[in-house]
Amino acid sequence: MTPILTCEHLTKTYGVFRALDDVSFTIEPGKIVGLLGENGAGKSTLLKILAGMLTKTSGRAQIDGNEPGVLTKSYVSYLPDKSYLNDWMKLSDLFTLFSGFFADFDIQKAKEMAKNLGLSEKTRLKAMSKGMQEKVHLILTMSRHAKLYLLDEPIGGVDPAARDYILDTILTNFSEDASILISTHMIADVEQILDEAIFLKQGKLILHAPVDELRETHHQSVDALFREVYRS
Amino acid sequence: MRWEFDNTRPVYIQLCEQFTNAIISGALLPGEKLMSVRDLAKEAGVNPNTMQKALSELERSGLLYTQRTAGRFITENKEKIKEIKQETARLRVLQFLNEMAQLGINSQEIEELLSHMKKEES
Repeated sequence: MTPILTCEHLTKTYGVFRALDDVSFTIEPGKIVGLLGENGAGKSTLLKILAGMLTKTSGRAQIDGNEPGVLTKSYVSYLPDKSYLNDWMKLSDLFTLFSGFFADFDIQKAKEMAKNLGLSEKTRLKAMSKGMQEKVHLILTMSRHAKLYLLDEPIGGVDPAARDYILDTILTNFSEDASILISTHMIADVEQILDEAIFLKQGKLILHAPVDELRETHHQSVDALFREVYRS
Repeated sequence: MRWEFDNTRPVYIQLCEQFTNAIISGALLPGEKLMSVRDLAKEAGVNPNTMQKALSELERSGLLYTQRTAGRFITENKEKIKEIKQETARLRVLQFLNEMAQLGINSQEIEELLSHMKKEES
């Protein structure tokens, strides 16, 4: 199968600091991949480069045959780690905005998700709690029919019930030939939905394997393995 | 079905075990149609690829079969189900005997324990 995403020797430096150091991997269509690593490991840097928000220093990244840029933005749906939306906007305004920006935005789906998550379309972003704002971002990201979803810490601030719904949403709302790259600290919460895990440490890729294979060889959860890897 | 997972073991193996248990205990009946892979994955809260892998495994072992257009069904071969039920029971007993051996309890003591418990029950 042709990979949806290929990274070859991807590197990003800030002066002498190597935020991303010679990272190479591929992701096939239909996979949910966990991007795991401690703070400052390079997770957000990698996602930003793939989303076309940050320029790499060297190496190569290809998403469905194209370098990250204007074209890939039409089929890559990115959930950033920080809000970039105007907080005076209502949910309904955001839906209109996204419909204008992205041809693949499914407004019906967005409305349905908002209803299921108990969000009113008339509420301004400013008046919402942190958890509610996270839900809004996730709704906007997952309502696109993208080929690749890049989710940077999507479940950090939401309550456990919403987390379950969000994971459900992720499982049911991506099509079979789309892939998801999801960065998180909350490994125990997401490991059941992952196909593969990528471990980053100090900018380097130290492990990329199917999660069931990891459990089979190490006889421990991905969460436990993660703690072990990052202790040493 | 209720699903529970232990994250230290491959999820697809646990899915296979839980389906097998449901079939041999009669919670899933011979000839019963299964939900789609996606719906099952959603219900269990696992990745659809993992669910697919478990179902393929169960098809290989003969507990499930696919009809090209109609979907996936539990086998109607009751002999097969009985066979797997006995095999599963045998494995559990072996495991139990192992645990007893580790406690230093021999087979005679186990039998005494069992008959004693039976009396208490009745």
